[in-house]
Amino acid sequence: MNRIPLIELKKGEKAIIVSHHGGRGFENRMSSLGLRPHAVIKKISSQLFHGPVTIQVGNSQVALGHGMARRIYVEKISDE
Amino acid sequence: MNKILLIGNPNVGKSVIFSRLTGVNVIASNYPGTTVGFTKGILRHAGKRIEVIDVPGTYTLDPTSRAEEVAVQMLDDIKDDEQAAVVNVIDATNLERNLHLTLQLLQRNIPMVIVLNFWDECKHTGVSINVEKLQQELDVPIFTTCGITGEGIKNFVDSLEQAKVSTLHFKEENIWNEIGHIIDKTQQLSHRHHTLWERIGDASIHPIAGLPIAIIILAISFTVIRFIGESIIRFIMEPLFDKLWTPVLMKLSALLGGSGFFHDILIGKLVNGSIAYVESLGLLSTGLFVPLGMVLPYIISFYFVLSFVEDSGYLPRLGILIDKFMHKLGIHGLAIIPMLLGVGCNVPGALATRVLETRRERFIAATLMAIAIPCMAQIAMIFGLVGSYGVGSIFIVFGTLFIVWIVLGLILNTFMKGESPEIFVEIPPYRFPYIPGLFKKVWMRVLWFIKEAVPFVIVGVLVVNILYFSGVIQFIGKLAAPIVKGVFGLPEGAVGALIIGFLRKDVAVGMLIPLGLSKSQMIVSSVVLTMYFPCIATFAVLLKELGIKDMLKSAGIMMLSTIIVGGILNLIL
Repeated sequence: MNRIPLIELKKGEKAIIVSHHGGRGFENRMSSLGLRPHAVIKKISSQLFHGPVTIQVGNSQVALGHGMARRIYVEKISDE
Repeated sequence: MNKILLIGNPNVGKSVIFSRLTGVNVIASNYPGTTVGFTKGILRHAGKRIEVIDVPGTYTLDPTSRAEEVAVQMLDDIKDDEQAAVVNVIDATNLERNLHLTLQLLQRNIPMVIVLNFWDECKHTGVSINVEKLQQELDVPIFTTCGITGEGIKNFVDSLEQAKVSTLHFKEENIWNEIGHIIDKTQQLSHRHHTLWERIGDASIHPIAGLPIAIIILAISFTVIRFIGESIIRFIMEPLFDKLWTPVLMKLSALLGGSGFFHDILIGKLVNGSIAYVESLGLLSTGLFVPLGMVLPYIISFYFVLSFVEDSGYLPRLGILIDKFMHKLGIHGLAIIPMLLGVGCNVPGALATRVLETRRERFIAATLMAIAIPCMAQIAMIFGLVGSYGVGSIFIVFGTLFIVWIVLGLILNTFMKGESPEIFVEIPPYRFPYIPGLFKKVWMRVLWFIKEAVPFVIVGVLVVNILYFSGVIQFIGKLAAPIVKGVFGLPEGAVGALIIGFLRKDVAVGMLIPLGLSKSQMIVSSVVLTMYFPCIATFAVLLKELGIKDMLKSAGIMMLSTIIVGGILNLIL
């Protein structure tokens, strides 16, 4: 098990969301845009100076603040 | 059935479907949260009248923003109405995420039908959905549509009566398992290559490449706005007024005897024996020329460019790029949307602050917009009038406002209690704007301007005349002289412009011309007119959005900063 916060994912890397660290409300909010546990995501970009992170989830792209991205843990998918 | 609610995630095309159903035109854009209030319309079908309500987009029935609260409230309102049904609009290319709201809706035991919109886009995004199976799983009727072309809409309208309460049941904490289970059975994804649009999309939010792209896009937009605006003025409006309207007015002037009360009200004062459209201040001269000859061309060109940029899907990306910076002002990147809309007119700008989650952010965004963002009507007048003092003066006016916007944001962010939440937003796909839709949107916005602004300008001009005749302006001018003369260094007559600025700021800028101001006085008064108070229409909306207490606070901030900034400008220029 190699869990890392979403912010440590590099551009273009894929991962599976493992858990949220921020309580039930946070998890619900993330889930409503598809960022729920087991979802497969791909990092598109992150802005400089701890700016927002953009990820691909399903067929849509979602941008979230750096602080939120730090509280989402993912597991890298190495193959492909 | 006599009432349907259109509900769905943001940016799934509800507003376009609403227009198709009711013939009522609503503004649709390519970013989440276009519909911040709700819109009602009537669908006439098979001899019946059905009320259709376009509900603001929501991802969940556990609301996280004002727009989402509105949606949940409306759903609660129809709970006991047996004649009401829900139409859940789904973005078919994003089935999994959309189903979250769908399942929450199904739990409410309200008759429902589902519309899978953007059906035509599924093919090239590699999504294939088995509609029949999905219908079995969810146990409500499902229709596929393409809102833009209208395909499938008729079919869905014919079958509205089939709306039913689903028998699907699951435990709330298992909602994602349930969705996963449904998706497995009904949807297949196939691999596909990146489209050109997606590559552009990725580049425009690249942390380094994104900035020059943003600057290029803004520079092109600005150039196009000026080009179209000036062309309309030079080749259409000015010839129309000079060749056609002036002779008519001159005849009327002669008929009225060249002066007197009615002459001055209708035609205004003649300058060197002829009509000066900005200075004459008559209902039929200035009252028509300012809104139609000077402002309308820029309204058309601005909304054309803004609508194009909106529909392309660029704005949320711009919001992400500048998010970090905007946080220093206490708002997040998406606040760029109310700001840009405010450039057109502060009224829709104030309404669009609803895309922001907290009261604090909405207060900061609304205050910054009202204070430092002049509307297109005012910008057009500043271009036309201050421009004659040289491009440098225009630059100083807008440069000052930009600095005020930043400094005031920094101050508010430091001294207001609370934090502003981080950005969290879905980024829409890039789409080439659907041109007929684009023209319709521009037309609606221009029509709105003509209906709202032209009467106000004419009333404004009338009020100016009455106030001058009755001596009220001269009286208030004496009272306000210490500030207007002492702090801003302007003549007493400028008070008239400030009074009228409350009604219409474009007319107010025009009223500065007869005062014979120096270059620096012109700059000071343009800045002061922008900042001191919102126009009456914006004021009314802000009062509703912020509440009376916050509006008073906001107004206090406006007047205080006006005095400080106007005073400083007067000293250094």
